[in-house]
Amino acid sequence: MGIEGVGARVARKEDKRFITGAGRYVEDMVVPGMKHAAFVRSPHAHAEIKKIDVKKAQAMPGVIGVLTGKELKADGIGNLICGWMIHSKDGSPMKMGAWSPLAFDRVRYVGDAVVVVVAETKGQARDAAEAVDITYEELKAVVDAPKALERSAPQIHPEADGNLIFDWELGDSTATNAAIKAAAHVTRMKIVNNRLVPNAMEPRAALGYYDKAEDHYTCWTTSQNPHLARLVMSAFYNVAPENKLRVIAPDVGGGFGSKIYIYPEEIICLWASKKTAVPVKWVADRTESFLADAHGRDHVSTVEMAFDKDNRITALKVDTIANLGAYMSLFSSCVPTYLYATLLSGQYDIPAIHANVRAVYTNTAPVDAYRGAGRPEATYLLERTMETAAREMGVSPAELRRKNFITSFPHQTPVIMNYDAGDYAASLDAAMEAADYAGFAQRKAAARANGKLRGIGMSCYIEACGLAPSAAVGSLGAGVGLWESAEVRVNAAGTIEVLTGSHSHGQGHETTFAQLVNQRFGVPIDSVSIVHGDTDKVQMGMGTYGSRSGAVGMSAVAKALDKVEAKAKKIAAHLLEADEGDIVIEDGALKVTGTDRQVPWFQMALAAYTAHNLPGGMEPGLKETSFYDPSNFTFPAGCYVCEVEIDPETGVTEIVQFVAADDFGNIINPMIVEGQVHGGIAQGIGQALLEGTRYDASGQLLTASYMDYTMPRADDLPSFVVSTSNTPCPGNPLGIKGCGEAGAIGSPPAVINAITDAIGITDIAMPASPSTVWAAIRATTKH
Amino acid sequence: MSDISLTVNGKRVGGVTEDRTLLVHFLRENLGLTGTHVGCDTSQCGACVVHVDGKAVKSCTMLAVQASGSTIATIEGLADGAELHPVQAAFKEHHGLQCGFCTPGMIMTATDMINRHPEGLEEATVRAELEGNICRCTGYHNIVKAILAASETMAKGAAKGKARQAA
Repeated sequence: MGIEGVGARVARKEDKRFITGAGRYVEDMVVPGMKHAAFVRSPHAHAEIKKIDVKKAQAMPGVIGVLTGKELKADGIGNLICGWMIHSKDGSPMKMGAWSPLAFDRVRYVGDAVVVVVAETKGQARDAAEAVDITYEELKAVVDAPKALERSAPQIHPEADGNLIFDWELGDSTATNAAIKAAAHVTRMKIVNNRLVPNAMEPRAALGYYDKAEDHYTCWTTSQNPHLARLVMSAFYNVAPENKLRVIAPDVGGGFGSKIYIYPEEIICLWASKKTAVPVKWVADRTESFLADAHGRDHVSTVEMAFDKDNRITALKVDTIANLGAYMSLFSSCVPTYLYATLLSGQYDIPAIHANVRAVYTNTAPVDAYRGAGRPEATYLLERTMETAAREMGVSPAELRRKNFITSFPHQTPVIMNYDAGDYAASLDAAMEAADYAGFAQRKAAARANGKLRGIGMSCYIEACGLAPSAAVGSLGAGVGLWESAEVRVNAAGTIEVLTGSHSHGQGHETTFAQLVNQRFGVPIDSVSIVHGDTDKVQMGMGTYGSRSGAVGMSAVAKALDKVEAKAKKIAAHLLEADEGDIVIEDGALKVTGTDRQVPWFQMALAAYTAHNLPGGMEPGLKETSFYDPSNFTFPAGCYVCEVEIDPETGVTEIVQFVAADDFGNIINPMIVEGQVHGGIAQGIGQALLEGTRYDASGQLLTASYMDYTMPRADDLPSFVVSTSNTPCPGNPLGIKGCGEAGAIGSPPAVINAITDAIGITDIAMPASPSTVWAAIRATTKH
Repeated sequence: MSDISLTVNGKRVGGVTEDRTLLVHFLRENLGLTGTHVGCDTSQCGACVVHVDGKAVKSCTMLAVQASGSTIATIEGLADGAELHPVQAAFKEHHGLQCGFCTPGMIMTATDMINRHPEGLEEATVRAELEGNICRCTGYHNIVKAILAASETMAKGAAKGKARQAA
């Protein structure tokens, strides 16, 4: 490892612009003649639109256009779709209701976009938006998923009878039921996974620019995957053909899944730009983000976990109701199915598993993937149940887990996944040691003497990352392939551009991808530029989510580097009159191994472009591309241990220690990986302790600002103790598993296991806020 | 509409602005200083923190007209030419940022915090005083580390300065 190579803690190249205020986010973009959009959104969770009167708004100062859904429909702009087909167990396809980017006949959640106003200034657009007069006839609303399945619930979409989108199953129900019947012990729980709002700090924004002369559209958007945005807007929403639509995602201020999807606003900014003949920019305010960004989680499940007399798990049966909100967002259907039920084996050897999942419509914001996406829900369910089982059976939670660990690989689970590599005991041991698990009893006693309740909890998670492979996800219903592309351009003087379909919105690709090149060719990372986020520069890509940029995106780069290396060696061998097999690349030069003969990297590059002296038949230039499609998912795994101290007088929970021991396979930049883990844990602790999304019964979102929705702040969290072990992933050329979601997946059950341990109860609702914890403590002392 | 004039990053600037214009929008839209960000509508997130007459202020909580006559420092004015301010350097060295959106506000808050605590900082103080700045990426771990490191660097710098003066 060089000082800038793979494995080095290299400070980030991209930081300079961010720390000096020179970042370029969509809101910072200005194009000549640009005007501003404001949306009129539904104040009702469920209502018929009787009349839309825009006359008064049209006459307001600065107003350029006031546009409605009827006009959008007349122009042929398509409905928003969910791109992953799920079939119910009776074989019928999922029941997808129509989602018009601007509602024209009915609104289905508070925040549903109805009218867009374009005006000279943002203030004028907002003033005019307030003057739009819409007559609604309110309908009964339902926000709770189980209630939406009741007979008395209002019907939200005509396409989905009883609000049921699909009733899907995975696994062997007969074998599972038989094993439960024969079990020595069965642990049964009801598990609720609370709804979360992703809350990237940069609100979503879009700038649409229609060039009349060229009949061409440009969209600057806060996207994790601009190419997917172009594909979907072109192929399904009829915005423009692909060659007439350029999508640019410049610096993007966090995503966490919420910026994967193509939302109404970017489609409307493009369409409105053509309608009004001005570039149109929209920037969400925070309340709009709360109302109209895709939310995450929101599962209600029952679980039965069966054990034999030796405390080995014999079966797992899960029944889940997943709330998908008012419309099916782009990947909403795969989250509670193939990203969830396929992970229900966890780190354990479970012979029989059966999961049933019902996805339902409610009058709430659409729900889709949020950091972890399905895997946090699976992990929470499993690890809460494991903990409860250990307590019921009177055995150590750590040893119960250890006893049931999968220890030989590859391992085929009963729920599709084939785990390729791992060492779960290594992570468990590392976490227990770092947490001084053995010394806990003493700390608990000391806390008790101080009038505090101390608890410890653990969680052993596994996830499937590197979302891919295309053929596999295609067979499961995905509408897209999940490979990644890369292009490596060696310039004539030896500097290098790497074009990638991955998108960096905080992950540090400009540094880590350059480290990969440094490792291979010894060129300084400052002479390597990473190009991403623009469909005019990078031909095609699938973007960044599901911890896929390292395992899939960098693997594509590695494949392209292979090709560059092969050609570079041929050129060098020719120049040095040596055998190509004897050429090695070291310290920025191509050398004949065992001799002092060498040609500097830049000279080889120059030779490729002057083409004065190339091997016979070789084309000039040095540029290679690769499309990489892996053969399997990757399986990061680890063990988290959380220790809490609760003040029984106030119900305030302090996290006194949080330990993470992860196995991410090979690591490119440990500093960046640790940062990903820190951030993920903070979001997981947020879910467990702080973040509650509350709709009232009429469908009003009560937590639609930072005054009401508790974001984790610095003084809510400790410093984290993190470490990694490494069983390299055999499925990709770099041995990378991915690290982006682990923290958010592994931490919530560790926190709740610690709190329930401290109080001596079986379960507590997330977020375990001080009032919830206080009430739980009071309930235990009443008798 | 009002005529305002103020000093921003050492330069006298002015303009005509609507009375309802917030300082943050004046900085971003009139002056093109887009390093100061807007992350919420309720003065909670701190992405918009600037220094007004030497104090950290959420520029979304102040009208531009209120700032007339004031001296403002934004993230763009913090570095000394090509040389990064110690807080900027520490955020880079300790990976105190990921997506970068909250970063300008964090750095301006941190600079103010360090200035107010010449005696030095402890982790608990840093965490408590970051209450008005939200970051969704880093879990604050490395932000806290960066601020503590910058505080030490700046204390050493100040001590050296004093020693030079004494000599």
